Amino acid sequence: MNKIFTSLVFLIISGVIVLGLALPIPNIPALGDKARVLYFHVPMSWISVLAFFMSMWYSIRYLKTKDHDYDIRSYSCAQLGFLFCILATATGSLWAKFSWGSFWNWDPRQTSIFILLLIYGAYFALRSAIDSEDQRAKLSSVYAIIAAVTVPFFVFIMPRIVESLHPDPIINTQGKINMDSSMLTVFISALTGFTMLYLWMLNLKIRVEKINYNKLSLND
Amino acid sequence: MKSIEIVCDNLSKIYSGKVIFKNLSLKLTTGNSISILGKNGSGKSTLIKILSGIISANKGSITVSEENIPVPANLCYSRIGLISPYLNLYDELTASENLRFFCGLRNDSEKVMDERIDYFLNRVRLFDKRNETVRNYSSGMKQKLKLIFAVINQPRILYMDEPSTNLDSEGIDIVYETAEEHKKNGILIVATNDKEDIKLCESSLNIEDYK
Amino acid sequence: MLLKNSYLVFKKDLSSELRTRYVINSLLMFVLVTISIIRFAIGDEKADNEILTGLLWIAVFFTSVSGLSRTFVKEEEKETSVALKLSTGSDSVILGKLIFNMVLTFSLNALILFLFVIITDYQIKNLPGFLIVLVFGNLGLVSASTIIAAIISKANSKGTLYPVLSFPVLLPLLITVINATKLASLGVETDKLFGEIQILISYFIVVTVASLMLFKYVWED
Repeated sequence: MNKIFTSLVFLIISGVIVLGLALPIPNIPALGDKARVLYFHVPMSWISVLAFFMSMWYSIRYLKTKDHDYDIRSYSCAQLGFLFCILATATGSLWAKFSWGSFWNWDPRQTSIFILLLIYGAYFALRSAIDSEDQRAKLSSVYAIIAAVTVPFFVFIMPRIVESLHPDPIINTQGKINMDSSMLTVFISALTGFTMLYLWMLNLKIRVEKINYNKLSLND
Repeated sequence: MKSIEIVCDNLSKIYSGKVIFKNLSLKLTTGNSISILGKNGSGKSTLIKILSGIISANKGSITVSEENIPVPANLCYSRIGLISPYLNLYDELTASENLRFFCGLRNDSEKVMDERIDYFLNRVRLFDKRNETVRNYSSGMKQKLKLIFAVINQPRILYMDEPSTNLDSEGIDIVYETAEEHKKNGILIVATNDKEDIKLCESSLNIEDYK
Repeated sequence: MLLKNSYLVFKKDLSSELRTRYVINSLLMFVLVTISIIRFAIGDEKADNEILTGLLWIAVFFTSVSGLSRTFVKEEEKETSVALKLSTGSDSVILGKLIFNMVLTFSLNALILFLFVIITDYQIKNLPGFLIVLVFGNLGLVSASTIIAAIISKANSKGTLYPVLSFPVLLPLLITVINATKLASLGVETDKLFGEIQILISYFIVVTVASLMLFKYVWED
């Protein structure tokens, strides 16, 4: 089962990389070939948000059950989320350099991902500052939940402050789909493929963390 | 007075991968007293903290029941008294402010509270210094004040962690008197290495048997 | 019962603070230092309200992250938290500390605003609107800072960790409140700030409810 899953992930992502670069892109005003970044950038951003809320979910489960397994899951989600968050920022900045002229211009979308990076960073800083395992698990869970309840506010705040120049990823403001069918296929495959990659990595990560945790408790 | 009972079932505590104790079971009822023995750092204080509900164990359960009816966890605190080195009162407040604050939190009426505070302050000979801030107290006087804090709400289960530290012989007598008095109607649990303290209790438990 | 105990915790914190002046004295100096730095940074130039509002909130943010953690940190450092745990439930502790921090923040911010207006010649065209925004902004600021203070009181390196943990959580509030106070100072009418005020109020409610629900996990060891 695991073998099939990994080969599938490998196939989809290879397909996305090849087709994403090779297939012709429909003429989208002001984007052109630069639109290819969305095959990579959008899945990365989606996964960094998904991992963030999964981490919060496991934090709630941890506080309810006090089962260390959930803390390990929550921490693993946060670590992978942080990785994908950096990738999303990097791919986004590259695109911004060629479309907007500079790597970073505090567009609302960039600000949002910056805040996500900050939250992940603060979460890791908190974890490294607590010695006792139980305390670390409990306090970082509480912090993850507090951070997660404040994040949705950006959805309301950002549009009030500045208008974003960020292209709407799938559906534009008029509700029309911007992509032609071949592009949509690659895009959907990219989303699926990278999400599967994330789940596969998460599974590995959780297993590694569990081994580390058990080793620690067996040492004495 | 209602009968009281504390039952611990298979308690285990692991801290940073180190086993403090495991499979510790214990059952005490009204009139029982037990001393917890063990070297420094063997986990006596940890056990007292777990029994009094300040920290939780990794495995096992603790049930406090009154007349065989279990007391809900959030009400257990009102049944217990604790005197220990890791419990301090507020330095910048006076003795009577401290006691009034804690009695107020436990919902005593003003009159009962004042009477009881005065009674106990007189008993440990701190009445004249009741309006001095605790910061100016000697460590023995602080220990006496902590004794009042432990017993002022007439707890059913009294935990004493190193009760006679810092005390002069007069102070130690007061502690023993209080403990003896408490034993008549409640449960006494003492963590100590002091030979005199051990004599307070009818039975003993060596925590190192549970490693 | 809950309210009475919260009030007792608040009163205890207030009277011990008034007696030792530990937080107040250092915070007053902190405010003075910050405002002086702002003064010297601006020099004799005439800064416009966009920049001044930002500077004002920098002063407010750093004052609160240097003072609001004290009430929890002190309980842990002086090992008084055990006595408190044995005497009352966690809800009254967080509520009492929340009220104490509110009193502290409101009085400090009144002082910051007063000094700031004097020193930088900050013009507020719509004062009532400005004050309403300030009050609701402070409510959210206090409730988020208080629960984070409770978290860091159990961690090492408390001082540096506090701003690091607070900033991302406070950012939605700060962005809104900076924008709204800037608009109010430029003379935008209060009813046009209604959307911002709504966000501030709901931020306060959401964070306070979350704090009340989560604090018991932080408080128990």
